[in-house]
Amino acid sequence: MSGPRLIRLPEHIVEIVSDAGEGAQKAAIAFAQLCAKAGNGLWTVEIIPSEIQPPPHTTGSASGNRIRLAERSRVTNAGNRANVVLAFNEMALLSRLQAGTLADDVLVLIDDQWATHDVEKYRHSYREVLDGFRMRGSTILEIPMEKETLRRVEDAQRGKNMFAVGLLCALYNKDMDVLDDVIRGIFKNKAQDVVELAVRLADAGYQYGMKHFEGRFEIEAVPTDVPKVAMNGNTALALGAVAAGFELCSMYPITPATSASHALSEVFEDFGGFVHQAEDEIAAIGVALGASYAGKTALTITSGPGMALKTEFQGLAVMTETPLVIVDVQRGGPSTGLPTKIEQADLLHALYGAPGDAPKVVVAPSTIEECYYILTLARKIAEEFRMLVIVLSDANLATGQQLFDRPDVSLTPRRPPLDLGPVSADTLPYDWDPTTGLSHRLIPGQPGGMGVTTSLNHDRDGKACYDSERNQRGHAMRSRKLAALQQSLNPPSVHGAPEGDLLLVGWGSTRGAIEEAVDTARDEGLAVSSVNIQFLSPLPPGLREIFSRFRRVVTVELNYSDDWDDALITKENRRYGQLAWLLRAATLLDIDCFAKVPGRPYMPVEIYDEIKRILGDQPGIKTSAQGLTATEEVM
Amino acid sequence: MSSIADLCVLESCADEAHTLDDYESELPRWCKGCGDHGVLVGLQRVLRKNNVDPENVVSVSGIGCSSRLPHYLKTYGFHGIHGRALPIATGVRLSRPELPVIVIMGDGDCFSIGGNHWLHAIRYNINAVVLVLDNEVYALTKMQVSPTTPDGWKTNTTPRGNYLHPMNPLSAVMGMTNISFVAQTATWLPNHLDATIEKAWDHRGLSFVRILQRCPVFMPKAFGEGGLHFPVVFLEHEDGVPVHPSLLNRGPAQAHNHHDINEAQRVAVTVDPAPMGLVYHDPNVPTYEEIRWSRQEQPDHRTFLERLDDVMDRYTVS
Repeated sequence: MSGPRLIRLPEHIVEIVSDAGEGAQKAAIAFAQLCAKAGNGLWTVEIIPSEIQPPPHTTGSASGNRIRLAERSRVTNAGNRANVVLAFNEMALLSRLQAGTLADDVLVLIDDQWATHDVEKYRHSYREVLDGFRMRGSTILEIPMEKETLRRVEDAQRGKNMFAVGLLCALYNKDMDVLDDVIRGIFKNKAQDVVELAVRLADAGYQYGMKHFEGRFEIEAVPTDVPKVAMNGNTALALGAVAAGFELCSMYPITPATSASHALSEVFEDFGGFVHQAEDEIAAIGVALGASYAGKTALTITSGPGMALKTEFQGLAVMTETPLVIVDVQRGGPSTGLPTKIEQADLLHALYGAPGDAPKVVVAPSTIEECYYILTLARKIAEEFRMLVIVLSDANLATGQQLFDRPDVSLTPRRPPLDLGPVSADTLPYDWDPTTGLSHRLIPGQPGGMGVTTSLNHDRDGKACYDSERNQRGHAMRSRKLAALQQSLNPPSVHGAPEGDLLLVGWGSTRGAIEEAVDTARDEGLAVSSVNIQFLSPLPPGLREIFSRFRRVVTVELNYSDDWDDALITKENRRYGQLAWLLRAATLLDIDCFAKVPGRPYMPVEIYDEIKRILGDQPGIKTSAQGLTATEEVM
Repeated sequence: MSSIADLCVLESCADEAHTLDDYESELPRWCKGCGDHGVLVGLQRVLRKNNVDPENVVSVSGIGCSSRLPHYLKTYGFHGIHGRALPIATGVRLSRPELPVIVIMGDGDCFSIGGNHWLHAIRYNINAVVLVLDNEVYALTKMQVSPTTPDGWKTNTTPRGNYLHPMNPLSAVMGMTNISFVAQTATWLPNHLDATIEKAWDHRGLSFVRILQRCPVFMPKAFGEGGLHFPVVFLEHEDGVPVHPSLLNRGPAQAHNHHDINEAQRVAVTVDPAPMGLVYHDPNVPTYEEIRWSRQEQPDHRTFLERLDDVMDRYTVS
């Protein structure tokens, strides 16, 4: 065969970066769709600057995407260090090195216009950055992206990204005809001449690649008959809210949660729903609670700082047993923290943030697919148990895109009409079942059910009361519902063997990376397994039993913990990761944690290294030499 | 023209007439001489007069003495948290626009901790009767200064006298976009109070009513000892709150065109004598729930599924 030789690979990671506004994200979307149509499994992550218009040609301006594509159809995380990076300038390239996301031998495709640019500063930094990459072992392909684009269009900003997609199409031996379709789909709302130009530029990039690349990559894919969708976790939450039958979403803008409300706003009115943008976070939950009290199903979507503002209303939902769903798309904290970046640090706040004893349900999706289905689960629990359900997503799920089986919308249940049938005048608004704490809800408009719903302590009749007996009863009834729910849960399944030397425990979006690291380690004969916990409150049954079959149990979580090697840190004062804190309290077992705050998802290789370190008994982790011990024995 | 009152009258036309007892719940536990009693009775009267089925009304309150009112009014009631009655009421109105909503707040509840919600609920112009029972003091927490406490008055947090001039809630709301109904009355003027609540009930939109009332325990000297020496002027208009001749020994009447926003703003900034009656009324401001419901579709289940399928198409890649 003439042309470049083909290198077959099981998977690759590509990053595409430009200055904000230069269209790298669009290029990445086109490339991802191209791979998806071919049948490759995918995980993509947005690379987002924290400002809207940061100064150009700086590391802070880098914008784009990371795309992990594989032979297998299911990719569960963003993967390790990138194999290929396509950059529009050297500062965008440098930013990825600084972020630690590039392999040493990364193949760099870069626009060569800076080598001969009028501005001396750019020429200098271009040379310097590329020299640095060469020294690390990179192969660099300097490509006249700007020049080639300018041959076909007056303003290179309008089209260089399409030239770049064409390059990648050639580099990965994809079908240019399919790319043509993809581009026409992406630009279907644009003018015809814009579409034609985009296709021509992509083709130019493709031809350039076919002519100049010495080697090309082949990541084989098996197209399946099962239709797949690709979306990010926030879109999945939004569409999941529609499918779950929610009728009102009341929110206040906050990163990284807001795009879920954008997606919902686009379609919700066609489905009989409202997105209400409230005057503040407090009003946002208040409106949702009011709607839910009135009998409709409502949710509010927020992130950490918004959760803080909503805590008083959370307590009100708990006290009045008003069904309500809160989605918290977690970001880095405390305070404003890292608005666009991932952390799993709202766990304990979700569980215990509201003052007073306020039992509530906390669940966490671990994949983008689960983001779609979890709101149906949340709604059911909220309504059947008259409880507040908090769904903890995170910035990784929010902006990552994954392929998953297209949901069968015909299975979406019919939204039941409000039951406004009359009730007898002696009907109790809290007819608590003494065993489960469950009760029937009265809806405004039901004749006979009139009465006050109060934030004060109350008894079965709903009336305020202050005596100890009835205060104790109210607390017990609200708490008992969690026990009733817990009894209906299954123990979590163990990924890997049911016993061994090490069990990693995670929750939420770290699942994919943890399981991949466990698989790699098991392939090498290490006795490691993992568990993902979906229900954080109530915790599922059987945890202590599962944990006891492993010599060590370590949580993997994206929040802060004191390092054993830090000055002053002792067994007495060490602050554990939040999941470890919770599980230690719940199981009385000496559970350790791998808990850090890198502001990005863990790469599987980092978790793998940690597995090796723990099992190799290398310094840094001081788990008990006898293995897992009950904390009461240690103390 | 349909108001919330019309809606419920339609629904209840087949029923027998309601009596005041139908709206009475447990015995109120407010202090003797508290103006809250009068507001409760005024509300019960307006419900009876409109023959509203009690199950079709929702009263919402925050926290404070006056916010206990939903406990004593036999409708559906929600006694919420401090300052947040209006968001809850907005949620009820938006999701169940067929249910009339009455919101009860105190001065600290509405003007201080709930200030943001107060201004924005006016901007939304939800259809609700919003009564602020203003006794110029935090009473349930035992006498702290409120935004409307007079200059120099001693409270437990200003033992040497209030540092600031009291805020004027009427001028504040008259500066808000979408303001549609503003009135002021006092509990020591029972006929005027009832007539004002009636006007508020009949308005389609947010009826903001400030009700002056003395706290007999912590602020007995407020409002000239409960109206005895409190200068007022009654706003008079053929569509306004009627000024019964017996009121004129409390203060003079003054012609006022409550449809003229400039005139209303002039009246609203006046505090001495305090204007009593309908300050401003624009019946044509659309309500938030009308706007939202007019742009929303309620598809049947089949259409719902077809549309969801269409949305899913947008994200289908292979």
